Amino acid sequence: MPGAPWKNGRGCAVSDAGRLTPGQAILLALVLGYLGLILVVPLAAMAIRGLEAGPGVLLEVFADPAAREGLRLTLILALIALIGNGLFGVAAGLVLVRHRFLGRRLLDTLVDLPLAVSPVMTGLAFLLLYGRGGWLEPWLAWAGIKVGFAFPGLVLATLFVTFPFTLREVAYVLIELGTDEEEAAVTLGASPWQTFRLVTFPNIRFGLGYGLVLTLARALGEFGAVLVIGGAISGQTQTATTFIYNALEERQEAAAYGMALILAAASVLFLLALEWIKRQRGKEK
Amino acid sequence: MSIRVSHLNKRFGSGAGQFVAVDDVCLEVESGELVAFLGPSGSGKSTILRIIAGLETADSGSVYFSGQAADHLHARSRGVGFVFQHYALFRHMTVAENIAFGLRVQGKARAEQQRRVHELLDLMGLAGLGERYPGQLSGGQRQRVALARALAPEPQVLLLDEPFGAVDARVREELRHWLRRLHDEVHVTSIFVTHDQEEAFSVADKVIVINRGHVEQAASPAAILDHPATEFVARFIGDANVYEGVTHGGYVAVGKLQVPADGLPDGTPVSAVLRFYDLKFWKEEQGIARVVRTMTLGDRVKVEAVIDDGPVIYSQFPRRSSLLTGIEPGCRIHIEVTLARLYPQNAAAGVTVTAA
Amino acid sequence: MSQVSNALSPERGGRLVRGAVLAYIGFLVLLPLAALAQHGLAGGFAALRQALSTPAALHALWLTLWSAAVMALINALMGTATAWALVRYRFPGRSFLSTLVDLPFAIPTLVTGVMLVILYGPHGLMGGWLNAADMKIAFAPPGILLALLFVTLPFVVRAVEPVLLEQDPAEEEAARTLGAGPFSIFLRVLLPPLLPAILSGSVRSFARALGEFGSIVVVSGNIPYKTLTAPIYIFGEIEAGEPQAAAAVSLVLLVLAVALTYAGRALEKWAGVRSV
Repeated sequence: MPGAPWKNGRGCAVSDAGRLTPGQAILLALVLGYLGLILVVPLAAMAIRGLEAGPGVLLEVFADPAAREGLRLTLILALIALIGNGLFGVAAGLVLVRHRFLGRRLLDTLVDLPLAVSPVMTGLAFLLLYGRGGWLEPWLAWAGIKVGFAFPGLVLATLFVTFPFTLREVAYVLIELGTDEEEAAVTLGASPWQTFRLVTFPNIRFGLGYGLVLTLARALGEFGAVLVIGGAISGQTQTATTFIYNALEERQEAAAYGMALILAAASVLFLLALEWIKRQRGKEK
Repeated sequence: MSIRVSHLNKRFGSGAGQFVAVDDVCLEVESGELVAFLGPSGSGKSTILRIIAGLETADSGSVYFSGQAADHLHARSRGVGFVFQHYALFRHMTVAENIAFGLRVQGKARAEQQRRVHELLDLMGLAGLGERYPGQLSGGQRQRVALARALAPEPQVLLLDEPFGAVDARVREELRHWLRRLHDEVHVTSIFVTHDQEEAFSVADKVIVINRGHVEQAASPAAILDHPATEFVARFIGDANVYEGVTHGGYVAVGKLQVPADGLPDGTPVSAVLRFYDLKFWKEEQGIARVVRTMTLGDRVKVEAVIDDGPVIYSQFPRRSSLLTGIEPGCRIHIEVTLARLYPQNAAAGVTVTAA
Repeated sequence: MSQVSNALSPERGGRLVRGAVLAYIGFLVLLPLAALAQHGLAGGFAALRQALSTPAALHALWLTLWSAAVMALINALMGTATAWALVRYRFPGRSFLSTLVDLPFAIPTLVTGVMLVILYGPHGLMGGWLNAADMKIAFAPPGILLALLFVTLPFVVRAVEPVLLEQDPAEEEAARTLGAGPFSIFLRVLLPPLLPAILSGSVRSFARALGEFGSIVVVSGNIPYKTLTAPIYIFGEIEAGEPQAAAAVSLVLLVLAVALTYAGRALEKWAGVRSV
């Protein structure tokens, strides 16, 4: 019977493409058209331009010292974000889910905020906090550190925008798993650290991995915040993304597109990594 | 190791939504005993078990292990083996690693760990499954691994929280045999929590009936059956008919059935508990009840009848029983009450047990 | 019911970790945002109102809110439809598309803008046709919409998918045996559990769109009173050395961000996404 759903392995109703009713076919066509327009076509355009330009454009990018420096800076920032927010994400996930303390609900909202705050506002916030007249400015002066238009500023901005990812993923997994295994470990005599190392951590591995890939992707792609706090000063605070921006401003389209291609290619790799992790998680269940 | 619980209290929540889980509970378990905590859902039996294990803390009261107060001891230092209803096996470790866990965190040598693991795999009938992962095992196997894991560090006490609740009926019976055999071999003081009477009675030396956070009775299965201490126990244990009525002229009327109420003043409101096996039915033209249906349940037959001017009444007989001769839907029967338990519903004293 | 049982309650080490975590969050997130809010209010409410009533600022805010709202609506509809098709239909290329849906989470927003310019810009692949048809996408509001739709695509889809997957076909079968037609089944059986998920996804995509910068700064041309959104206005004010004005508009967006984040979390809880 056309359109009648059958159950797939997970027990939810599924219809085969060959047996769709006219209504279902229209819906599918609409969806495919929409995804095509919004996602596929722009991606294809980029790929076409890339193929047109040929591998030469990539070589040009790598030959440009400013571009290399931009990539290097971006990668360093990404590494810092991975380590810092990776560690923090695990710790915070545990604290948020397993501890009970005053203000936990407030923290809930606070933790999700970086996802909703515009990157330029982030940059501005750090500028105001550490710049002239800012609350922390005297401390910086005393310590001899520069935050605005300097590397530390970029670090802070990157940490801010990548902050929620590992935390959320770890928290979701912890909630889903429940506390049974940890309780069992305690009755068997394990100390808190042993419980974490032997029982909790292996169980959150995939969630953590997923969050780390998202962190990496976000750190690589961060633009607005590093632009504002860093000023995109070539050779000092110019990341890969701000390199593209500056190149566009200076009408150096080839350089801009070249770098954009590199970042786009990296994104595809991240996407595949995310997919792989999802599959591994699915297999575990 | 013996366990004594003294005046334990525990509340959950606060204000209007507060729920008293454990209400002034006192109980004792002798060294080497296998005891069941039996009670309906929400009766607090699991909470008491978890407090003994140290997984929860009581609001007040104490737990003593062999006479020593254990309240200050953290769960990891109590030497308690705990088996969870849903196994709680470490999903990323093999069966062998699961079982070895308790020894591993204590820092025992590898050789020692392996020896003990093999010992337990054999004991629990899991030989050859050491390298499998929990996900690859059946429910019954998983629970046996959980048992083995809890026993590996040679605990002083074994606590099981509805250990057979998550498996199906046939496997449950097998696991009960395992537990009983295990206890016979290892002799570790054990407490298991269940809501299943048959399970409690078939496995345990002593049963502690718990309802609404307090202990109703603690005795051997036979004692509980023959001498239920409270109305709850009488109603909860064994199959019974329960009726409300008021005494009059030395009897309680259940429809046309007169149940003797010796010793109770007239006008006392009572709950009458009539166990199936304390009743006799036989076919009689002038009988006071009419059979509605008979249900053949394997080796027993359950008879449902309506008492004239009264409620429905049930009883059960072995299939070959001569009492069943001629009993079929529509025929009339006589009812004899061998033993009735009457519980006054006002402030008047305790139980009245009357025989016809 | 809290998940914390007493045997797992944090001990000394755990409490230290908690302190460190709270300090990190306070220092990295709370402090800067508080500074931003404080600067926004520094001149008092009068100065705030003045900064917000410049025509450029007003228009920018209006454009941002309007485009985000339209985008959220389209997302709610098409995101749900997409999740529906991906979960309930089988067709060639399905898993490829499913993977692709996550692309906006992985790709830098700036690169998104570049892609759109490559496609729709005056020298772009479609540039010739668009010129001929006298349509403008890049450097015009449609470009903003397309950029926002790209960037927020996964939100509703990923929120709705798990709810659809959990849907028990027995409910639909029951409705069918009782005589309900497909449309009625959708409205009464399938939509109610989906609604919280659709809403939470839409709210989160709306919040995300309000702050979008990287893609829009490239594709919109930043034409004041036409395609200049609030984040770009803020950026402009920072560049022009007017942090006060920038902070004022930022404050508005910040308040919205907080409110929307809170609403999003509450909706997620309603949708049954197990939340802290």
